[in-house]
Amino acid sequence: MSLAEIVRPYGDTTGDGRVQLSFTLPVPFGDETERARAEGAALQLAAKMGMDPAMVVHAKGMGPDFTFFIVYGRVSHLVDLSAVTVAEREFPVLPAAEVNLRIRSALGRKLVVVGACIGTDAHTVGIDAILNVKGHAGEKGLEYYREIRVVNMGSQVSVADLVARAAAEHADAVLVSQVVTQRDAHLTNTREMSAAFRAGLGQQRPLLVVGGPRFDPSAAHDLGVDKIFSRGTTPGEVASYLAHALAPVTAGEGAA
Amino acid sequence: MTGKLGLDPAVVAQARELARLAGQPVTDLARTHTTVSVERAVLRLAGLDGADEDGMPWVNRLTDAIRETTGLEHGVALPAWDAMLTGGYPDLRTLAVDAAAGLAKFRLPMGADARAAREYATRSVKKGLDLIDARRAERDRMIAATSDPPMPWIYLIVATGDIYEDIPQAQAAAREGADVIAVIRSTGQSLLDYVPEGATREGYAGTYATRENFRLMRAALDDVSRELGRYVRLTNYASGLCMPEIASLAGLERLDMMLNDCMYGIIFRDINPVRTFIDQRFSRQVHARAGIVINTGEDNYLTTADAVDAAHTVVVSQLLNEYFGREAGLADAQLGLGHAFEINPEVPDSFLLELAHAQLVRELFPDAPLKYMPPTKHMTGNVFAGYLLDAFFNLAGVMTDQSILLIGMMTEGIHTPFLSDRDLALENVRYVRRAAGKLGGSFRPEPDGFVAQRARQVLGEAIDLLRTIGSQGLLNAIAEGTFGVTRRPADGGRGLDGVVERADGYVNPATEMLEADQ
Repeated sequence: MSLAEIVRPYGDTTGDGRVQLSFTLPVPFGDETERARAEGAALQLAAKMGMDPAMVVHAKGMGPDFTFFIVYGRVSHLVDLSAVTVAEREFPVLPAAEVNLRIRSALGRKLVVVGACIGTDAHTVGIDAILNVKGHAGEKGLEYYREIRVVNMGSQVSVADLVARAAAEHADAVLVSQVVTQRDAHLTNTREMSAAFRAGLGQQRPLLVVGGPRFDPSAAHDLGVDKIFSRGTTPGEVASYLAHALAPVTAGEGAA
Repeated sequence: MTGKLGLDPAVVAQARELARLAGQPVTDLARTHTTVSVERAVLRLAGLDGADEDGMPWVNRLTDAIRETTGLEHGVALPAWDAMLTGGYPDLRTLAVDAAAGLAKFRLPMGADARAAREYATRSVKKGLDLIDARRAERDRMIAATSDPPMPWIYLIVATGDIYEDIPQAQAAAREGADVIAVIRSTGQSLLDYVPEGATREGYAGTYATRENFRLMRAALDDVSRELGRYVRLTNYASGLCMPEIASLAGLERLDMMLNDCMYGIIFRDINPVRTFIDQRFSRQVHARAGIVINTGEDNYLTTADAVDAAHTVVVSQLLNEYFGREAGLADAQLGLGHAFEINPEVPDSFLLELAHAQLVRELFPDAPLKYMPPTKHMTGNVFAGYLLDAFFNLAGVMTDQSILLIGMMTEGIHTPFLSDRDLALENVRYVRRAAGKLGGSFRPEPDGFVAQRARQVLGEAIDLLRTIGSQGLLNAIAEGTFGVTRRPADGGRGLDGVVERADGYVNPATEMLEADQ
């Protein structure tokens, strides 16, 4: 471990360790006694977080029961850069413009996505959050992407209808959402769906993507699909995955 | 009020006339069709509430049973109340239970039987409208007993998913200065073709809009209004597949404002255009009666399109919302037309462009309680920069005399606001109002300066677009992707199967009574 790999927060001088922090405590900030107690409580939290010395620079009562604090202080912790680990993602999350550009350069046409809830599942919340323009978590849905053509078949779609529609639309990818998990219906339905695409379209089958709150993302191979998305997935992640899997960057492009 | 932008009144009148020409064919469609949700709203106004053990409302069960036997082209009123009379049912609930079990018999009554059914239906539906009238009078009394806050009203959102968590948060927000509380709906409720029942404690990123949730929240806000001596308004969302029913429930439970856009469901939720236009007309007729202020959704266009390039599409949509709203009987004071502060702050003169857009909207719609939405698209996670941008939004709001300010959060897009985020946001708007509240009176853009020219340019582009829409037809324009970025053909999207062309002899006592007031 070389010294160059040990750093501290920087306020205005190397190694001063100064940081800022804001938080709320459920304590009143009324009379003088309460105020002193509230500031003491904030300093105690700061000390336990490793700030020493710490200074409450702002405290404000919010309603009768809460106080907001801004605290500056010096932290004693050291950061060991050699111990930083970076989670490897198999694909980078790209802005919409980049996804569109990659599709345009790699395919020279729109990428076609067919989405559905299969089986008896009537919960379209997931598939709609990913596909509708409105989107989810502050990100627009796949319909918003100029280079993606979305066919949303809605809920309670049979596997046979899904395969037929995917073939008719020349789908590049099929997105299936499964929320209902009674008697592992989501797993059974997914296996049935992937088997039907293999049987019906063979090598010509589209990329198969499933999503739902109860899926294990590592079970893709077992279920015969290409990718599983679990709880909390945003449209941008799905779009980036589609670009990664279906519109790879060709040599000389995207170096920036 | 004399304009600050030098808009030519003849040009403004031309813009309105083009909007009327574009909207008229769609109104004709709404007058000659009905939907499952319009018919269910008739039953709701007549007092049919509750759901079966699967949670499916009785209004859906009864409407579906009538649709399968006599069809809906004559409306539910004649077959339903005829079955009440011939089957000796004491109330609609008992009829609906039998209908769901396949035990009730429906027919299209003729002659004296039809007259009897129609008269009975009218009496029953009138009770609902009378209750809406009573709620409206109750609002007036509450405002008289407390006070009506001055504009701009401060609009804050709660969204926990649990109505019993929403209530203390909403009361706290009111005590902190909110004039309007919006309860965000559960993600995807707009796509449900029924209205859930009862008090709900689980939702995805929001709380279900149900009659009981409306009632609980309104009662809690009445308590806090009395405590503060200031009437705190309640908002929810009508847009979606159940606009007519949610509008009816909102009127029955004295909501004060409702998100109700003529095209939002089409563009952002892929709801069938024809279904949407029929449903929005009925829902706005009910809002007109209930004294509810609608909020339109033009801010959404600017989250998908560029706020400079697409500025004129906002004006076009506002003019269409105004035409459809007035046609449905809404007064100008009920037209909370929406717009937003969404220009990229990296663009030179972005604040001047925002002022031009906001002042243009103010002058085009002088009597409308405009709803101004804060930046969301360019809030980056740098909360310090975001706080500054929100201050500029607040400044533009007071300078251009906006009526309802949705308060921007510096943590927009990061998380559901912390208590402290909301407190800081209110501190921001209070400072701007205190420091610059009178700046609007002194703000006079140069007659042919940047702001005035930009406003006139946007109005000119709006007129060009309205002309195009008029020549191709509004439904075709939507199909071609004129609004937002998606194409929405008239025969696509959700809910088309719930649209029915009215036959001769169609009876809808609610529509008849609502149109009689106009």
